[in-house]
Amino acid sequence: MKSDRAEVAHIMRRAGFGATPSELDELTAEKTYEEIVDDLVNPERFPAIDSLYLDLYYDGQTQLTYMGKWLYRMMNTKRPLEEKMALFLHHIFPVAHGKSEHDPSIGVEIDTFRSVALTNFKTILLETAKDPAMIFWLDNNENHKDEINENWGRELLELFTMGIGNYTEDDIKSTSRAFTGWTFEQPLSLYPMGHHNAVFEYLPEDHDEGEKTFLGHTGNLKGEDIIDIIVKQPATARFISRHLYNFFVEDEPQVPAWSIEEPNDPEAIEQLSKVFLESEGDMRAVLKELFSSEFFRKSIDKKRVKSPVELVAGLLKQTGEFRSPKPGLHAFNGTAIQAGKEGTMRSMGQEMLNPPTVEGWHTGHEWIDSGTLGERVNFAGKQFSNASMPGVQEILQRAGTLDEDSADLVTRCLDLMGGIRVSHETHAGLVAYTEELKTMRKATGAEGDQKEVNVLDLLRMVVSTVDYQFA
Amino acid sequence: MNTKSEDKVLVVIQLTGGNDFLNTVVPYNNGHYYDARKKIIINRDQVLPINDELGINNTAAPFKRLYDEGKMAIVQGAGYPDSSRSHFRSMDIWQTCEPEKVGLEGWLGLAVRELDPRSENVLTGVNIGRGLPRAMAVPGVPVTSIGDIERYGVMNDFEREQLRDKAIETFKHLYGLAMGTGPVSDYIGKTGIDVLKGADLLSEVAAKYESSIEYADNPIAQSMRDVARVHLAGLGTRIFYTSHAGYDTHSNQTAGHAKLMTELSGGIADFLDDLEHHGAADNVAVLAFTEFGRRMRDNGSGTDHGSGGGAFLFGKNVAGGLYSEYPSIDPAHWEHGDDLQHTIDFRSIYGTILEQWMSVEAAPIVKGNFEQIHPFKI
Repeated sequence: MKSDRAEVAHIMRRAGFGATPSELDELTAEKTYEEIVDDLVNPERFPAIDSLYLDLYYDGQTQLTYMGKWLYRMMNTKRPLEEKMALFLHHIFPVAHGKSEHDPSIGVEIDTFRSVALTNFKTILLETAKDPAMIFWLDNNENHKDEINENWGRELLELFTMGIGNYTEDDIKSTSRAFTGWTFEQPLSLYPMGHHNAVFEYLPEDHDEGEKTFLGHTGNLKGEDIIDIIVKQPATARFISRHLYNFFVEDEPQVPAWSIEEPNDPEAIEQLSKVFLESEGDMRAVLKELFSSEFFRKSIDKKRVKSPVELVAGLLKQTGEFRSPKPGLHAFNGTAIQAGKEGTMRSMGQEMLNPPTVEGWHTGHEWIDSGTLGERVNFAGKQFSNASMPGVQEILQRAGTLDEDSADLVTRCLDLMGGIRVSHETHAGLVAYTEELKTMRKATGAEGDQKEVNVLDLLRMVVSTVDYQFA
Repeated sequence: MNTKSEDKVLVVIQLTGGNDFLNTVVPYNNGHYYDARKKIIINRDQVLPINDELGINNTAAPFKRLYDEGKMAIVQGAGYPDSSRSHFRSMDIWQTCEPEKVGLEGWLGLAVRELDPRSENVLTGVNIGRGLPRAMAVPGVPVTSIGDIERYGVMNDFEREQLRDKAIETFKHLYGLAMGTGPVSDYIGKTGIDVLKGADLLSEVAAKYESSIEYADNPIAQSMRDVARVHLAGLGTRIFYTSHAGYDTHSNQTAGHAKLMTELSGGIADFLDDLEHHGAADNVAVLAFTEFGRRMRDNGSGTDHGSGGGAFLFGKNVAGGLYSEYPSIDPAHWEHGDDLQHTIDFRSIYGTILEQWMSVEAAPIVKGNFEQIHPFKI
């Protein structure tokens, strides 16, 4: 064993979407913790999922099909941090297909996020500023030389980089002016041309060439100059560091409260900010610092509520239902049309690619209410009700039977299900439930026939616990 | 726990997507309507006139009957200043009464808190549908969200009864233990216990219900049936919420909107008839609202996001008729291109309902004082 199994399970849950028992075996046998971190932040060492191959199975470019493909990537990628960072960027730069002129654009945006997530923050901002879905979402196509639209300029500073209190209304105006002329070419019409992506377009004739002042810098500033200045601000470093902490380490208060509420761990934010500023926003360096830090390694028992997408992707990865492409994946997101459909991320409060506002989803305990908790528990239980799924089979084979010692059995199941951490109370409760299962052995089915009770019933309880709601 | 006869009940129906008010209550004698609408039009012979100017879209015939019986109030031109054309933003504004900032507290959640300040009944507020609408969400206020009455709760899909009972017992034990072990675990633990309480209360609902009304087999009619079932079980619910989706009719509106109108009007009429048959119609009022109206001009296939929609109240003790004014459809009065100007603020409607129907002080919930209308008989 080169690394600690519980610790590896923890980082794989936070930096990815969990690990199967075999993945944990392999990682702990072959790599030290430091090597695992190094691999995570250098995803190019591992093969990418072939987009063309996925397109063969999940045809079409709508947000529905895209989400199916994205879930497939989350479960099967060899580059988990790349996928998790694409999700991170979707959370902090939330764009909804509900305000879109062109359905495929939202998927193109996520592909862009995936490709730039581990570069530097300047590149991330530049690509986001040029992204047609974002441009339309925040009306930068309506931001003209003689008629400023401040939507993008304001959110870039308030929600995406520095946070309120670190700039003035004049800075917003200058930012907006600097981004005039940043628009996109309308894609060809879907019928009969087929799918073509919208493409970024800079219109020099619509760009305000006048002098602007932004955070003390004066000149004929362009969008690129604004981004250059933003990335060098300590406020940006702190804001993004806090976002990373909230996403990977522990739930923070909701973002609008950040200007008035201190971070849970101010030293951790300072530690990340320092690396962010020194490396000029190198995301690999910042993430390496985060995953190597004491505060992350200790965060194994820190509370972070799983988002619905983390819950769903994590469960499906464990059961192994989609280790190769097959139909049905797109249905896990749910749409407005299927408002009444149970067992979707939408019914759990997170319709992916369609966040409720530009502020994104409220995370942490706000994921949970009586409706969404029931959805989570029932969905999770259902995934562990089918013993024929390859991942479930592997767990059952390795866990043993109800003939074994209850406490050992519970401990082994928790480990096999992705190194799940539970409180002592929950562990004791699961042991007591195992005892009940042993006493029952047979339980009466709907038709009055007796059916064998087995370890699968214990797995189903494990994913129903309070503890399982946490990442 | 049972609803006292004097306890008023409110049922809110969210028409998701932006209902085309112009084609719901049609200004069938106004030339501007025919000038602006080229293809997406309800002609004179397709309306059921309620006066010389306005007629109800004939695909919503049950509305005409309710209107004639004095059970339908049409609140014309409902909206708010600088109407947002974003579904989410506009729906948020309607749900939280916060047009300036992102609101975290839904107006109906706040009303639930006033009606049941000590959270004695997890069913005081009930959402029929999946996922809690923001209107019903306030931190710390339990509201029950029911997707399927027969399946509400956790672990009901366990095939083996004996095992299910043990599993639910263990769930209760584990969620109870989590309470007091930190703020978030405490909250999740409590929510889990609330789910079980709700499931207990709701377990008899389906078996108890009998009715001669046959609701249609579409989502809104079935949701209204669920509201009737829970209401008639006398579980103390004061506020129900449900949604009817599909109103974002950018394309193929003629067929799509007609279907919605038929489903909605049928569902509401069946619901009111059902209550009447059970002698339970006196204390129930229904509000149907939408986040915005649609543009004056159609786009050839449908209509785009606009403003100045309308809201509707239904019930035996609703004083039927027209309220506020029909928004002017004269192009001289359009705003933001071809949007209608609203004639009544939605917070006036909420304030009216909260104070006159629910006996709850409105100002803290709608954030201000808005002139009220008088659409109730009692």
